[in-house]
Amino acid sequence: MLHELTIHQAASLLRSGEITAVELTEAVLARILAVDNDVKAYLALTPEVALEQAAEADATLADARRAGTLAELPLLTGIPLAIKDVISVEGIPATCGSKILENYLPPYSATAVLKLRAAGAVLLGKTNTDEFAMGSSTENSAYFTTHNPWDLERVPGGSSGGSAAAVAADECLAALGTDTGGSVRQPAALCGVVGLKPTYGRVSRYGLIAYASSLDQIGSLAKDVTDAAILLGAIAGHDPRDSTSVNAPVPDYAAPFQHKPGLSGLRIGVPKEYFVPGMQPEVEAAVRAAIGVMRDLGAEIREVSLPHTDLALPVYYLIAPAEASANLARFDGIRYGLSASGGSLWETYRQTRGQGFGPEVKRRIMLGAYALSAGYYDAYYLKAQQVRTLIKQDFDNVLRDVDVIACPTSPTTAFRIGEKVDDPLSMYLTDIFTLSLNLAGICGLSLPCGFDAAGLPIGLQLIAGPFEEPRLLQAAYAYEQATDWHTRKPKLEAES
Amino acid sequence: MTTYETIIGLEVHAQLRTQSKMFCGCSADYAAAAPNTHVCPVCMALPGALPVINHTAVEKTILAGLALNCTICEHAVFARKNYHYADLPKGYQISQYELPFCRDGWIEVEVENKPGFSEKPGLSKRIGITRAHLEEDTGKLVHGGSEAGDTRLSQGRGSYTLVDLNRAGVPLLEIVTEPDIRSPEEARAYLVKLQQILRYLGVSSADMERGAMRCEANVSVRPVGQEKFGTKVEVKNLNSFKSVKLALEYEVARQIAALERGERVVQVTMGWDEERGRTVVQRTKESSDDYRYFPEPDLPPLVVDRAWVDEIRSRLVELPDAKIARYVNELSLDPRDAQLLAMDRGVAEYFEATLATLRNQVSRRNLVSSAMGDAKIAANWITGELFRLMNAAGAGIEAVKVAPAALAELLGLVAAGQVNQNGAKRALGAMFVTGQPADQVIRELGLAQVSDADALAQAVTDALAKFPAEVARYRGGEEKIFGWLLGQVMRETKGKGNPAVVRELLEKSLRG
Ligand SMILES: [Zn+2]
Repeated sequence: MLHELTIHQAASLLRSGEITAVELTEAVLARILAVDNDVKAYLALTPEVALEQAAEADATLADARRAGTLAELPLLTGIPLAIKDVISVEGIPATCGSKILENYLPPYSATAVLKLRAAGAVLLGKTNTDEFAMGSSTENSAYFTTHNPWDLERVPGGSSGGSAAAVAADECLAALGTDTGGSVRQPAALCGVVGLKPTYGRVSRYGLIAYASSLDQIGSLAKDVTDAAILLGAIAGHDPRDSTSVNAPVPDYAAPFQHKPGLSGLRIGVPKEYFVPGMQPEVEAAVRAAIGVMRDLGAEIREVSLPHTDLALPVYYLIAPAEASANLARFDGIRYGLSASGGSLWETYRQTRGQGFGPEVKRRIMLGAYALSAGYYDAYYLKAQQVRTLIKQDFDNVLRDVDVIACPTSPTTAFRIGEKVDDPLSMYLTDIFTLSLNLAGICGLSLPCGFDAAGLPIGLQLIAGPFEEPRLLQAAYAYEQATDWHTRKPKLEAES
Repeated sequence: MTTYETIIGLEVHAQLRTQSKMFCGCSADYAAAAPNTHVCPVCMALPGALPVINHTAVEKTILAGLALNCTICEHAVFARKNYHYADLPKGYQISQYELPFCRDGWIEVEVENKPGFSEKPGLSKRIGITRAHLEEDTGKLVHGGSEAGDTRLSQGRGSYTLVDLNRAGVPLLEIVTEPDIRSPEEARAYLVKLQQILRYLGVSSADMERGAMRCEANVSVRPVGQEKFGTKVEVKNLNSFKSVKLALEYEVARQIAALERGERVVQVTMGWDEERGRTVVQRTKESSDDYRYFPEPDLPPLVVDRAWVDEIRSRLVELPDAKIARYVNELSLDPRDAQLLAMDRGVAEYFEATLATLRNQVSRRNLVSSAMGDAKIAANWITGELFRLMNAAGAGIEAVKVAPAALAELLGLVAAGQVNQNGAKRALGAMFVTGQPADQVIRELGLAQVSDADALAQAVTDALAKFPAEVARYRGGEEKIFGWLLGQVMRETKGKGNPAVVRELLEKSLRG
């Protein structure tokens, strides 16, 4: 089944000439046709564009084969990928899961997308997201909720739930997501795939429609660690259009995997604050078992402490909404997107934003504007920034003594659709293990480490310091190779 | 009746002269462009676009800060100023709040005499600069339809507002003073001085009429002797030096009249209505905005290290006050001429270039320069004849075709006796039109001075022969007719006679 291939498997078949990019793309499009009515991962599909790009890739492959330069071709040549709908692709709608951008066609592509295209990747379409990436289940999408391929009654996680579900359901080989407080890692955990949030500044945010500028980062959702590494390598790097992107060399993230299996010499920290009462016991058990596997692979396990962990949630819900309140001010009905005419400028603003934004977006705009307003700034926004520094220092301190931190990605496996929609706070709590990384600006990933009794996937989160992605991926790869969780597939009844 | 003291603080916005906008690559030269042609995803605030700092604008801001005697911040932070308006595409303006590039500076302003033209140096005063920071300009709104002039975007009754984003994102330097200004005239003097400095530095055209320099004022009055400031009123829409003065005079009088009637001054924002000649309430305090400033997360704090500031400092040009002092003290110019020459950097540079060439020529030709001094000669010719020609042609110094070296050449020829004053003036007039070198013009127009004694003696003989009666009157003791006779001889020479030689020959001839 071609749609089940990983990037690295497909890349070798494309090079050997056993398959063509068009065949691969057609197979994935057929899979989407078969299962996406149930999964609802995609907001927009662009099959014509995808097949055209696949044909281009086949031509590139044929040229390289003739010239004997196949080895120099990017691994992504001819690989069908999905893009989260908060990332701009020229000429293809970018709704951000919001009504306010329903008719918006970006006239330019995000830098990450341009890099994928330059590497020869094939773009299948745009995946569902909580509105403006605000949410943990895709239930805040203004269009529909994506269903978890492991149990269609359950959420895929969010906000990159569309991308995670698409990867899990083999509706793409891999996908781009964005992670502001866990939006790549949490859905990866809930859908049983690999989700990588790079260091802040590692991947350009240009063209990523901002939710919280100091926290947002584009990351990869993939079927295994190798694919996540390949995808990161393609999108990472300094971008003069993004002043927060960092000018650091981009290594070949997948290259060291072959040389150094095992984890001998690696110091892994286990933060006691990440095993809290109330978390699903099966999650704790699976994560502890995973840590045992890593010990067996030669890692040195140490208990560590990140004392300000419990403050991450309140800090996040001040800083992210504050930035969002400004970032979302541009959606005013004047230049693009929804414009609800109101007779006067102010009435146009009121009507457009009133009709265009969903309740969670409005809640965060209000929260953020309040935290920034005169008389409250010091007590809320400024205080939150100060505590953010403490959270960052927690990680700095621990990551001096250990190389990688291991902990759960999410306190529970996938919850039922509708279970938490009326209780924003319990929804916010699903991200308690992922938020801190964004506040600290460091990198982390989630990879499958087991299943609960209901057969739902459990995610192991690994964390490393800034620009330590090679070390992070190396550790994840060693664990993955010692287990077979990543090879399991959900049983989706394909419609015929 | 109580006497009142006026307290004024000014906020000036000057567009910086840069090739591209503040945060994107669009051309900032939008003056002649069709609406919305100098735009891109960044300055149109398309979703996902990010700002990138224009370092030239930062350097111009720091240069201005140094000229305004400011302290330059080591860490400058951009901040978002949040408010909604149709000319502000992002819904926030990227500005600076807590950590501006420049703070705590001052400008020296002459307050007693009218600035610019005082015979004796006037009393000067320091106006404190609280801060000078960098931000981005907004777009422009064009109102049309039946309610043209209404600033609300109304789609009813045929009126409409169009948005032009060509100006959006053009770098703006905001300069805020302390409440140190004590009269509308002082406010005007401050603005004139500020404009002069910005133009000298080449950081802004600072043209008020074209909107490249805009002014807002905070005005209050208090009884003389009272320490506490009165309630301040913000006055906007001051688009010319004249409107600054008129609006402030009106507002001061309005506030004093209110206090005299026993009323309170209410804290409001007023706009200057040029046509009606009065200030009009735009907004009351109750509806004032909370801009919810916070550090711009898309732009990391900018480190302004010492080496960079020193490098920028090395680009500081000599400013007008220093030039005037040097012209008076070292070149012995009178203060009035010094001020006229230093008013505009282009004129000052023209003068200095002319003087340098003139001195070079004088020493090369081993000529004894006139008692008047080369500087004085060059200054007189520039502020006199050249300014007259420029005024008549409506031309600025940049448009003058006579190169400083050409003017120096002409003045050298005068000093060498090869052309007289009148001939030189006629020559300069021709050079001004054609841009040709002095010697060529003099040759072509036949303006060369005749000093040859034989030729001039003939002219004396011819003139005296024509006016025997006048010669007789002179010899009869009517000495004041000498000047008239001299004129007749000059006429015989077609104005080209060397006046000194002619005078000598005429005296000799009349006596003989
Ligand atoms: Zn632009």
